[in-house]
Order: sequence, then C-alpha cells, then structure tokens
Amino acid sequence: MIPGSFDYHAPETLAEALDLLGKHPDDAKVLSGGQSLLPLLKLRLGAAAHLVDIGKIPDLEYIREDGGFLKIGGRTRESTLEHSPLVRRKYPLLADTAEVIADPLVRNLATIGGNLAHGDPANDHPATMLAYGAEIVATGKTGTRTIPIGKFFTSLFETALAPDEILTEIRIPVPPPRSGGAYVKLERKVGDFATAASAAQVTLGPGGEVERVGIGLTNAGPTPIQATAAEQFLRGKKPDAGAIAEAARLAASAAAPAADRRGSVEYKTEMARVLTGRALAKAIARAQGA
Amino acid sequence: MARHTIEINVNGAPSKGEVESRLLLVHFLRENLRLTGTHIGCDTTHCGACTVLLDGVPVKSCTVLAVQADGRAVDTVEGLEKDGKLHPVQEGFFQEHGLQCGYCTPGMMMTSCALLSTNGSPTEADVRRAISGNLCRCTGYVNIVKAVLHAAASAREQKAAKAS
Amino acid sequence: MASTPRTSPEVGGMGHSVKRKEDPRFLRGKGNYVDDIQLPGMLHMDIVRSPYAHAKILKIDSSAALKVPGVLAVITGQTLEQYKLHWMPTLMSDTQMVLPTEKVMYQAQEVAAVIATDRYAAADGAAAVEVDYDPLPVVVDPFKALEPGAPVLRTDKPGKTDNRIFHWEVGDRAATDKALAASDVVVEQKIYLPRIHVASIETCGIVADFDRIRGKLTVYMTTQAPHAIRTVIALVAGHVGLSEEKIRVVSPDIGGGFGGKVPVYPGYVIAIAASVVIGKPVKWVEDRMENLQADSFARDYHITAALGAKKDGTMTGLRIKTIADHGYADAAANPSKFPAGLFSICTGSYKMPVAFAEVDGVYTNKPPGGIAYRCSFRVTEAVHAIERMTDMLAQELKMDPAQLRMKNFIPENEFPYKSVLGWEYDSGNYPAALKKAMDIVGYDALRKEQAEKRKKGELMGIGISSFTEIVGAGPSKQFDILGIKMFDSCELRVHPTGKATARFGTKSQGQGHETTYAQIIAEELGIPAAHVEVEEGDTDTAPYGLGTYASRSTPTAGAAGAIAARKVRDKAKKIAAYVLEVSEDDLVWEVGKFSVKGAPQKSKTIQDIAFAAYTNHPQGMEAGLEAVDYYDPPNLTFPFGSYICVVDIDRGTGEVKVRRFVAVDDCGNIINPMIVDGQIHGGLSMGLAPALYEEITYDEDGNVHGGSFMDYLVPTAMETPKWETDKTITPSPHHPFGAKGVGESATVGAPPAIANAVVDALAHLGVKHIDIPITPEKVWKILKEKGAAE
Repeated sequence: MIPGSFDYHAPETLAEALDLLGKHPDDAKVLSGGQSLLPLLKLRLGAAAHLVDIGKIPDLEYIREDGGFLKIGGRTRESTLEHSPLVRRKYPLLADTAEVIADPLVRNLATIGGNLAHGDPANDHPATMLAYGAEIVATGKTGTRTIPIGKFFTSLFETALAPDEILTEIRIPVPPPRSGGAYVKLERKVGDFATAASAAQVTLGPGGEVERVGIGLTNAGPTPIQATAAEQFLRGKKPDAGAIAEAARLAASAAAPAADRRGSVEYKTEMARVLTGRALAKAIARAQGA
Repeated sequence: MARHTIEINVNGAPSKGEVESRLLLVHFLRENLRLTGTHIGCDTTHCGACTVLLDGVPVKSCTVLAVQADGRAVDTVEGLEKDGKLHPVQEGFFQEHGLQCGYCTPGMMMTSCALLSTNGSPTEADVRRAISGNLCRCTGYVNIVKAVLHAAASAREQKAAKAS
Repeated sequence: MASTPRTSPEVGGMGHSVKRKEDPRFLRGKGNYVDDIQLPGMLHMDIVRSPYAHAKILKIDSSAALKVPGVLAVITGQTLEQYKLHWMPTLMSDTQMVLPTEKVMYQAQEVAAVIATDRYAAADGAAAVEVDYDPLPVVVDPFKALEPGAPVLRTDKPGKTDNRIFHWEVGDRAATDKALAASDVVVEQKIYLPRIHVASIETCGIVADFDRIRGKLTVYMTTQAPHAIRTVIALVAGHVGLSEEKIRVVSPDIGGGFGGKVPVYPGYVIAIAASVVIGKPVKWVEDRMENLQADSFARDYHITAALGAKKDGTMTGLRIKTIADHGYADAAANPSKFPAGLFSICTGSYKMPVAFAEVDGVYTNKPPGGIAYRCSFRVTEAVHAIERMTDMLAQELKMDPAQLRMKNFIPENEFPYKSVLGWEYDSGNYPAALKKAMDIVGYDALRKEQAEKRKKGELMGIGISSFTEIVGAGPSKQFDILGIKMFDSCELRVHPTGKATARFGTKSQGQGHETTYAQIIAEELGIPAAHVEVEEGDTDTAPYGLGTYASRSTPTAGAAGAIAARKVRDKAKKIAAYVLEVSEDDLVWEVGKFSVKGAPQKSKTIQDIAFAAYTNHPQGMEAGLEAVDYYDPPNLTFPFGSYICVVDIDRGTGEVKVRRFVAVDDCGNIINPMIVDGQIHGGLSMGLAPALYEEITYDEDGNVHGGSFMDYLVPTAMETPKWETDKTITPSPHHPFGAKGVGESATVGAPPAIANAVVDALAHLGVKHIDIPITPEKVWKILKEKGAAE
C-alpha cells in the first residue's frame, strides 16, 4: 500500500524532463497519469529512484485534426477522449476503447500516452492503434521521431521508446469516407483488464467491398497482436457473414494468450474469434452507415 | 528531491505541508490535515472509497501523490456542507437511505457531485456508469442510484427557483 | 401491528420508515472509524507475512529493519513466547498462533510485527525484515488431507496423528438410507461452495492503548462483539496482568462487518501486547490484500447431497455429507455446540419425513476460519444444497420447480413445525411468498417466453429459491460462545425531561440500530424515536451482550429493548396511578400516555410521568425510571422468502446476464421498512457476488489466488441488477413484537436462485448442475460440449 522512497521532479519544460531522464537512464520513470505506475510502486513491484512528472509541461494535451491525421497529445486523459465530440463522431473505435479503460475515476487521470508507453498487452489502446495503423511520436534530446505502431511494441512491458524519450503524440490517419471501427471487450467486471478484446477498423470501397482493414487483439500474447492473416483475407472481399466468420477464425489463430484467472488458453482464443466477429460486424455496419 | 513543501487549496482554504515525495494524497488529507472523511478501502486502486475532486474532477486520491496536487484545488466530503446547509447530494443520500455503514459514502458522494456538475439530468444508467469505480458492500447500489437521482431533481428545482 | 403503524410519524414507532439518526455524521465525513483515531504518542504497526503455505522458520533477521529511521521494535514469536501469548484460543476452542516460533501454516500468515513512529516507516521496516524458511510439504486438498499417510499439520497437538478436526452429525442415518433406497427417484450431486471473503470496504484494525499509570487497557477495534472480546482478552492475557474491569473495548463506527469482524485476529493481540509492553498507543490497520488473504474466510464446503421423492414429487428423505475445509485452525465463530453452525436447517422449507446430515472438519494449509459472509452460521451452505437439489429433483421428475416446491412446503397450519433435524420453526407461510414472487415476475409468461426462445436457440433461464432462514442465536439451553450464553441486553433510562438513553449489547456495522432500536422504544413507550439516544459498542457503559452477527440483533437485543421498555411502562403505570390518585386497574394505556377509564381528560403523558419519577414519586418507591433486560430467547426465529431470478445467456461468450430478480421476504413484523429494504438490497448483492464472480483458490503449493481486488471480483453498480423487492408478513409467535431477523436472508436465498436459473437455461441440453461462481468460461465450456456455442 505504501511505496518505497523516491525523488520526485516536476519539470516545467520538455527539455528539462528529457534532461532528467538522460541523467538517470536506469532508474527514472515518467509519471504521466500515474494510474499504472503508482499502483506498481505501491505494491513495491518495480522501483524507481526518480519520478519525472510531466504534468506541468504545456502543450501535451490536445486532440486535433491536422495534415491528414488525428493528432493526440501524449498526456491527453482517457476521459477527454471518451467525451470528445470529434472522437465520438469520426473515430468510434477510439471512443469505444477509451470508454472501457479501467473505470471512470481512473480515466480522469490515466493518459493515452501512458497507456501505450507502458507496453502492457493487456492495455486497450495498443490493439486499437494497430487497427488504425497509427504512428507514435517520440521526443528525445535530439528532437522527435515517428515510430510506426507495428514497430512500437517490442516485447512484454517493452516498447521502442528509449529511456530518455517521452511519447509526446499519437497520430491516427484520418479515415476516408465509408470508414467505421469498433472495439469489443470482454471483461470479468467493469474496471478489469480484458479477458479478450478485439479492435477493428475498416474502410469500404465504392462497391461495398473491404478496401482497408486493421484488426488488433488485446491481451492475446506478450505484445498486442495484429491479425494480419485475417486482414489479408478480408481485403477486397464483400463483408458478408461468411467472410466475417472466416476473418474472425483467422484472427483467433494469431492469438497466443496465456492462461490465468481470466481464462484458459482455449477460452481466450475462442473469445478472440467471437469478439473479432462482433467487432468486424459493428465496424462494417458503421462504415456502411457513414 | 525526496521532501517538498507543497500548498494545496483544500475545500477553499490553502493548506501547506512539508511532505515526502511518496506521500499519497489520501494520507496527506487524512493524517496531515486530519480530514478523515476520505477513506481507504484497498491497495490496488479499485474501491474508490478515497475519491476526492482534484480541480473539480473525481479521482482516486490513493493513486495521486500529494506533491502532484501542489498548487491545485482538492475538494473533500468535509467541504460539501455550506453554511449549515447540506449539499443536494448529501440530502439525497439521507432521504433515500443511500448509506448503511457509511464507509464508501464520501467517495460515492464526491463522484456523484462531479456527475451532477456535468450532467444535471442523468438517467439511472448514467448514474450506474458514473459510480462504477466506487464499490459498496452494504447497499446493493439501488438506493445510491435513487439518492443521486433525488439530488439531481432537487438541484434542478433549486436552480429553477433561483431563476424565477 | 402488521401493516398500518400504531404510532404517529412524529413518534416514529414500528412500521415507520424513519430516516436514519446515524446519518448526519456519515454524510459529513465525521464518522469515527478505527483508522480515524489518532492518540498522542501513537505508534504504528505493520506485519511481515509468510510467502510460504507451510514452512519451518529458520531465522528472522530484524537488524536491517531496526536501522530504518522511525522503527522502534520488531516483535516475533519468541518475544510473545516470553509472555505465553504466542498462541491463543479460537472461538471454537481450538488454538491458533499469534506469531509462530517454529513454522508457518498458511501463505500470508503473520511472522513478525514492526512497530514504528509512522505508518510509512512501519512499512519500510516490514519490507526490511529478512526471514529464512525451509519449505514443508503443503496440504491444500481436504480429501488428500484425510488420506492415510498425509502430512500431519497440527504437530503442535500432542498425540495428533491426522488432520481431522471434528465429526458432527444429526438425524437418523439408517432410516434415511432406507427411505432413499426405497424411493421412486433419488437425485444425488456433489456441490462445492468455494472460499469467499466478506471484503467489507473497511478492513480490520485496532488502536490498543495501555495506560501504565491507571493499569487500564483501552482497545478501539473493528469488532462486531465488543464484550466477548473483552472477556477473551481478560482470559487470554490475564496472566500478564490484564483484568477485565480494567479493560475497555470500544467498537466505534464500523465500515461493514458481515461476520468478518467477529474473530480475534493475531494482529489485534500483537498490537495489544506491544502497547502493554511499550506503554504507548499502537495502531494496526490491515491492507486489503492482508484482509483477503489472512482474515476469516467463508464457505469452503464440499457437499454431497441426495434427495429422494415419490413419482408424484413428494419428498421422501435427504442425506448430506460435507467435508469442511477450515484451514489450519478451527477459528470459526460458531456457537460452541455447533461446529457446523446451523447447517441442520438443510431440510429447508419442505416437509421432510426423514433426514441425516454429517459434517467432518479438516485441517489444511490455509488461513483459519471459516464462518462469515452473511451466512447465519452455515445457513447459506445448507440452503444452497437443498434449493439446488430441489431444482434437480424437479428436472428429474420433469415437474415445474414452482409446482414441486408448492407440493412439499410445510403447510401454514403446521407451525410451529418440528423438523426431523431438531428445529422448531416458529411460523411460516411459504406458498404465499412464492405465489407473490411468481405474480410479480410474471412466471407463466416467462415460461412461455422461454419455450419460444428455445425454439430459436436462445438461452433464457428462470430460477427459484424458497428458503427458510434460522436466526436470533440463541436460547441458553443450546447456545453459547466459549461458554458465554447468547442472550442480549438493553439498559433503558428515561430522564426527567422525558427523553431516554438506551444502551444495548449488540453493535451495528451499518444496520441502523441507532434508528431501529429507538423505534422499538418509541413503539412501547410513545417517546418519539428522535428523543431516544441509542448507544452500543463501549464495554464500559453498554450492558453485556454477544454482539451483532448472524442476524441476531432484532431477535435478541431488540426483544430486550421491548421488554425493558415494558418494565419501564409497568413502573410508569404505578407512578401515573399515584399522581392521578386512582388505582392501577383504573388506568388505560394508549401509546404515550395513561388515562383514567371513563375520564380520558384525566391523563398523564409518559413525559409527565418521567418528570414525576424524579420529583413526585410515591413514598417507598425508588426514584428514577429505568430498567435493564437480559433477554434469553425461547427459540430462534425463522425468516423466509421466495426469490425468482431470470437470466439470459450469451451463447458466444457464456456471460450470464441477470435480467430480473424478484425477492419476496418475510421477516415478521417490520420496524423500519426502508431499512429492511436496504438490508435486502445489500444481501442480494452479496448473493450475486458468490454466484457469478467471487472465489479465493489455492494452487497445489498453497499460493492464494484472488487475494486482491484485482482478482477478487466485488461487483460494481454495473454488474448489479435493479433488485425488485416485496414482502409478506408472518409474525414470530414468541418474539415480543413478532419480529424476526433479516440482515442475511438475501445472501442466503439469492445464490441458489441464480444458479438454478442458469441450470434451467441449459437444462434442455442435459445440464443438471453447475458449481458457483458461474463464470462465463464455465458456461462456455458446457455450451461447447453440447454443441450450442455461437
């Protein structure tokens, strides 16, 4: 319940923050929303001698469309995403995702940047970003770099971020017309991590066939899973019930979940199939309605 | 640094303290300021008994460092009553038997206050969703929902009365 | 007395939904819970716990801990052994360790305690204590524990060669075997009720304050039974100089009890010892994980049940064998003659001609216990068994489960009813409650809907539970805890200005006694409930009582309140006669005043009489207006109800959605309908939780799973349905105002209603039983096996 001691820093600029991270490469952690980090420290799992709170740094919370992307500041709160009219209108997959993260109180502090940077495949945004084909903008001492989401999650609790980099922005390509997305999460109760969850983002062509599709799976392996075989299968096809069912089956074959109290390997894999089917159906219906 | 001097505006009054970096906000409120109305019910950020408003937004104060609240405003249950008059949320909980042991109640009420400040006419589903981060063992939630809806109705009436 | 209140709303007697008198402080965040208490010079305690389920302790190294700034002492089993406090008796006359000197017996067991100047230093100190263990073979399966050659766990008991704790049986084994063998139909089933935990939102804690100068120990404790605790402390620690008249136990505001705050936990004893030795107040408040992993659990009953019947559905006999996993010590809080609690209520609401039940307690490497979680002393277990078996019987006979119950209910005119297992049920009207529930839920229409849905492959189920509860322990002939009889008490004093103070031996943890007890006094004397100050929980002032658990308060202390008030009224009558200059026979009582027969304008209110008791009482009579009653209930009370649950099942995920839940309860005459409804709502939620969500399990190394709120799934407002409640009223014939207890009825009745609904949804696929918690995966596995998954 009570964390071990640490030094706390609240830099007022990004440069100061990066400087601190550079000074303590092995034992400094970024404090964003704190809703993943502080619980770990309170259980004395994972120590940090230095906490670098990025809460005072300006211009890290925003949601805006610009240059063909939805650009989201790394410190944007989940509750802000959940209630943003722009997100709800044009990015239903993202809205679906934000509203099932933890519970409403945690969402008031938890940030999308923290959710992604933690590298936890059980978090909800990673699969969604895979489905969107998003990009991560990382800022370091020498400037910013863009990391495609497919390269961002390297292994369990590990990302492509260097110890002295901060995730400052997430970029989602603005979906073309006839696009829709959905996130379907199976949880034991509200507030839990996913037993299984599936993110689907589709764009339909002029004839109603699937022009673009992204499918991501949450908590189905040591990293979030991109269901590439399912995506390949669906591309160019008419999204009827049979196609959706086959895509869902292929998505499940990409899942490699671990057994735990949330479920056996068999159950979680099956749920990846069931939920992908439901996410695809919903995404397609939204795309057809868009 | 491991120790900091902080000043937090608590229930409208500035409160200073010299604290360790790791001091949780809930402990600052309960131990340093002796505001024991905010309670602790778990150690994994689940139960919500520690809910306070941070700059008007309900958060779990067991998962916020006191130093993070430096220079900001915190509202706790002790600040709800004004000039001897209960807040509509407190009145709603009283009228509708929304509490039994009283332990989850401060957190429930702070969350409910925040809900009503953004949605003056919540549905039952809205209320259940809003309090889904606050656990209760005694009431089965039925009367808590009634209490919040009562408070919403009463707040709307008061507003209408003021306006006319 | 049943429907319209006799008193005015201003008086607020029985039947009024008086708003709660305890609320003002809770609404303002001014409750006084144990962790709110801060005393000058107070120290903090944190506990070092074992990561092993069974291990020898080789060494405890406190040197690093003692170097942590703020740490004053590290207490081990060796420290306590000097005072012979390293072991203590349990409420079931077993023994358990306070701190070990040789070995640990469950994961999370207390191993050492750190005393420090603040809680952060105490936590740092606890993290710095180094313990070396030598693991021993672990026994977590009670069946394996009973096998010959199993490691003997209680090596501290001289001559013990096995892991048996007790054997208890009731009924007629031979007659039951014979009846079942001769029955047209017998359904038999293994039913496992896993470990669960009350998880009240406030965990357990204590502030122990020993005043060296006065030689007085004051203990602020999360306890449901302060007097019993005081006596236990005096008995256990008498040899170190603590004497009962110099021990004060204060149970302040308690954030939920549910039975989890009855046992004496090692942390309490260590804190008391520390305070006595150091001479300063010591506070210990446990973390949630400590609470879930080390405190008294509930259930863990392995039941094998057999229910027989004639072809036409008439029940012929019930046989139950249970293995009770108690962990490494029997620390359950049962009445001493009932090691399996009131499990023998298992014949339920039915006219059972013959029955036999036996329970065998077993030691395993798990925390000790296990009575708690609103179970009324193992009644949840008993009711789950009979209500599940009744539905299984209905399924076997292809009979509607409501019809089968109606056929077998004890008829209303047979009460008081003596069950074959020895209980005399005081009153009941089971058909009325079931019929009401069926009407409210629209039973026939639901069955039609179910038939239509089945044709389309949709899964919908309807489950019934018609339970009989047994509460109000209890009559002195049969009931005691550690020898102390289970009476309860009220001390009532009326002041000159007509107000009253009433103190009781029970202790509310949210049940609203400050309001309901005042209403009882108001009903009997006409003093407005608003003018009756109710006090509980301070052993220096409250009359001796056995506390609040097992729904006993209204049946025992509530009764004492009524009797004490009647004693006061008797004296008031004498004073009234004196003041009005008539004989007592000429007086007539209506609530709040005595008046002269035929001359109603000649009257004295209770307030007048109270003043006269101090200013103008008759010569030869003592001044004052007060009475004490220690109430020995002549029998238990038997609340009952019928619950109907409707579920829909997601064929893809196996998730169970409770669409509707109708609860019709009967707790006799009702003091405060609003408060009773609140108790039902809360009880239903604590029935839903074990039915679908909660369980604590152990792997074969004795590692606990489900020991934090991450995995111990307490339902939120989103999982909890909107409970629909209604009542029937069948007063208790022996209770002073016809009331029965009610706090636990819903936790007892709800789980089988939900389990029955799920099984009913899958019955057409051949499913006969599912153990709780009914998780989505359990359902999905069945659907897959039966080819019915999406």
